[in-house]
Parts: sequence; structure tokens; C-alpha cells
Amino acid sequence: MSTRFHVATRKGLFTLDRGASGWSIMQTSFLGDNCTLLMHDARSGDLIATLNHGHFGIKMHRSRDGGANWTEVATPQYPPQPANYTPKATPLEGKPADWSLKLVWALTAGGADEPGVVWCGTLPGGLFRSEDGGDSWTLNRPLWDDPRREEWFGGGADHPGIHSICVDPRDARHVIVGVSCGGVWKTRDGGGAWELGGRGMRAEFMPPEHAFEPNAQDPHLIAQCQSHPDVLWVQHHNGIFKSSDAAASWSEIEGVQPSAFGFAVAAHPHDPDTAWFIPAVKDEKRYPTNGRVVVNRTRDGGRTFQTLTEGLPQQHAYDLVYRHALDVDESGDRLAFGSTTGSLWISENGGDSWQTLATHLPPIYAVRFEKTP
Amino acid sequence: MALLRFTQNIQRHVACPARQVEGATLAEVLEGYFRQHEQARGYVLDDQGKLRHHMTAFIDGNQMRDRERLSDPVAADAVVDLVQALSGG
Repeated sequence: MSTRFHVATRKGLFTLDRGASGWSIMQTSFLGDNCTLLMHDARSGDLIATLNHGHFGIKMHRSRDGGANWTEVATPQYPPQPANYTPKATPLEGKPADWSLKLVWALTAGGADEPGVVWCGTLPGGLFRSEDGGDSWTLNRPLWDDPRREEWFGGGADHPGIHSICVDPRDARHVIVGVSCGGVWKTRDGGGAWELGGRGMRAEFMPPEHAFEPNAQDPHLIAQCQSHPDVLWVQHHNGIFKSSDAAASWSEIEGVQPSAFGFAVAAHPHDPDTAWFIPAVKDEKRYPTNGRVVVNRTRDGGRTFQTLTEGLPQQHAYDLVYRHALDVDESGDRLAFGSTTGSLWISENGGDSWQTLATHLPPIYAVRFEKTP
Repeated sequence: MALLRFTQNIQRHVACPARQVEGATLAEVLEGYFRQHEQARGYVLDDQGKLRHHMTAFIDGNQMRDRERLSDPVAADAVVDLVQALSGG
């Protein structure tokens, strides 16, 4: 089981260790700076943190000593826009997406047989790949140049973005990415060719005749079962979806209470029938239903859900959990999540009960366990 | 040569000491500085080479006009200040 995790927040990165007396913050990095995402590379032990300095842009830093020291590394850069290229306006915004980095929204290590490979998803809809642990990045042109990419649009942001990158543990050339809004895309050859998956996803926000258009879907996050990689779970803008055929088709899981809306989802690393979700009132309000923080867990492939509450605040709690702010460790027993109001919880029994670790952290964007390969 | 000076706020991210730089336009002055000090480039310009949204330059006290091409003329003995808007939370 993992004994360390990292919490990326609006005001820095916090690292928690499990000692003899329980979990505590043992290290703080970038205090005061907006740390939007963190990746732990189980192959090398590297940490890569993303900072958004606002006026001064987005920067990435890497640590090779567990966060004691950090070095600024390269940030993904969009190549120059071709002189003869006229970008298309996105369908909803009515103007072209900017051709410039706005946000790093996903960081995923490549396969065990690809040391140094890291994938990075961004706003506005760029997928980048590094082959040297973040020292340099290259935009994946086959996806960026696909004309269907220009049909993507922002889901709650001004630009479309890639937030989910799932690398198949059996074959690292098989990569699935999730786009808000642009559905689910997959490659079988490491990014040379892409196909649009997502048959069966339904977008309530589209006109009825376009509701099942795969390229208009808003998957908030895709989570993959590591031992059964063809099984994927999606917390979508208007529901929960599951695929058992590597994202080719999806079935909607209906009737989930107290809400099927949310951002975060975690898939059990070994049990393809188990996943966790954190529901909220949809969709323009976004707070826990009835002010109660709960975690929904299914253990039977989505047929039924348990609403887990033990140790979680059950009155006047307005903690929203962002898509990257829930994680499960490699055992499937330890889960942690953090909220927009700076609360942090951990479970060591698969969600049956939870312990509050902090209530006054800055707004939490991402929670990441250090996992063993 | 023009004297290029940077906002204090940038210094905690990347040291940007004031320097004398050759150049007849703002773009040339910035390029001259960043050639010697590559790490500072990404803090001032975005990945398309545009001045970052909340930054601006004053040339001898006059605010720059051409954000698109940074073509504002810079006299040989000018003082160029790179400043940022103060905002955020």
C-alpha cells in the first residue's frame, strides 16, 4: 500500500506521509504558488509539478529526490501556427481556439517499457509527449491536425482540453484520451493514428439529434482498471458511463443517487467491477447534494451503488471535488480526495470509512499517491 | 544601447538583472536580452512569441503601442521597463 501522496493546491504542493501516528504533512513545495497538477512517475521516482504563474505563464518543475529539490524543466510549447492556415471557429464559442498553451490538464507516465515517456494533455486540446522525462515536449500532430479537433469546444472553460490519458499496461502504444468537450479518442500505435471512440455516450446539453455525437461528449474524467484495461469508467457531464471494450462503446448507468453529476472517478486497480465517484448537484450549482459530502462506490460493475458517509461531513459541507482530486493507491484500499474548500480525507478500507486530514488547505486541484510499479 | 529593466515580481521566478541591450525596436531589444538569458523568455513571451497578456513595456516612460509585433522604436539611450499588471488572489 502507498504510504505517501501529494496534494496540488492553489497555494502550493503538500506531501503527506503515513508515519507511526498516522498521516501528516511532511513537506511543502512552491508555497504561495498555484500548483495545478502533479505526476509521480513510478518507473523513475520522478515528480513533475505544474505551476500556473498567471502573468508569467505555465511552468513545469521536476524533482528527482522526492520533492526536496526542484528544477524547472521544459513546458509544452505549441509550434508556430502555419502562415497559410485559417483556424475554424469552434461550434459553441464561435471563434477559433487559441493556438497557445493555456493550461496543463493531464500528466501520465508512459508504459513500463518506455522509460522517460510522459504524456501531457493541455488546454486548448493539445496532446504532448516527452521522451526524456519532461526535458522536451512534442505536440502530437496527428491528433492536433485532425479536422475533427477543430470541432471541440470548451466545457466550463474557454477552450477545449485533454484531461485524461490512459496508457494500456499491456501495450503502451494503446492510449485513450478524454476531451472536454471532444469525447474519447484512442490510438493503437502510440499516437500515429487516432480514432474517435465513445459510441453510446449521451450529451444532454446538445440538441436531441446531436446527443449521441461522439465528438461532442463531455467526459469529465476517464479512469482505467489497471488489471483489466479494457474496462473504463467515465464521470461525464450528465452521467456515469462504463466501457468494457476499451472505449469503443459505452453504456450509461442510470438512476445513481444522490446525483450522477460530478467530476472525479477512480477505478479499482484490480477489480473491474469496483469504482468510486463523488457526486454533486448538477450542473451550474456544483455543491454536494444537501450539503453532505459522500462517496459513491459500486462493487458490481455499476448495477448498484453504496453511498459512503462514515467520517465525512454530513451537514453544511460545500466541498466540491475536482476531477484530479481523487486517487486510489495500487492496492485499491487507500483512497484520498480533496476539495475546493481545502478539506482532505483518506480511507484505508476502500471507502468504508474516512478520516479528515486537513480542513484549511488552499483549494485542492489534484491528489496523487506515489504508487509502486 | 538601451537599458532593459524588469519588474521586481519576476525576480523570484527567474533572475532578470537590468542590462544594456542593442536593438532599434522593442522586439529587437527583448530578443537581444533573451539570447543571453534564455530562461527568462518564457516568463515574458508566450509560446507563440507574444508578450504575455498581463505584461507591458514602457519606453522612456511611454507605454508601448504595438503588442502584435513589438515594433515600437527604441532609441539608443532609452530606458525600457517591463512591468506587469497587479492582480490575482
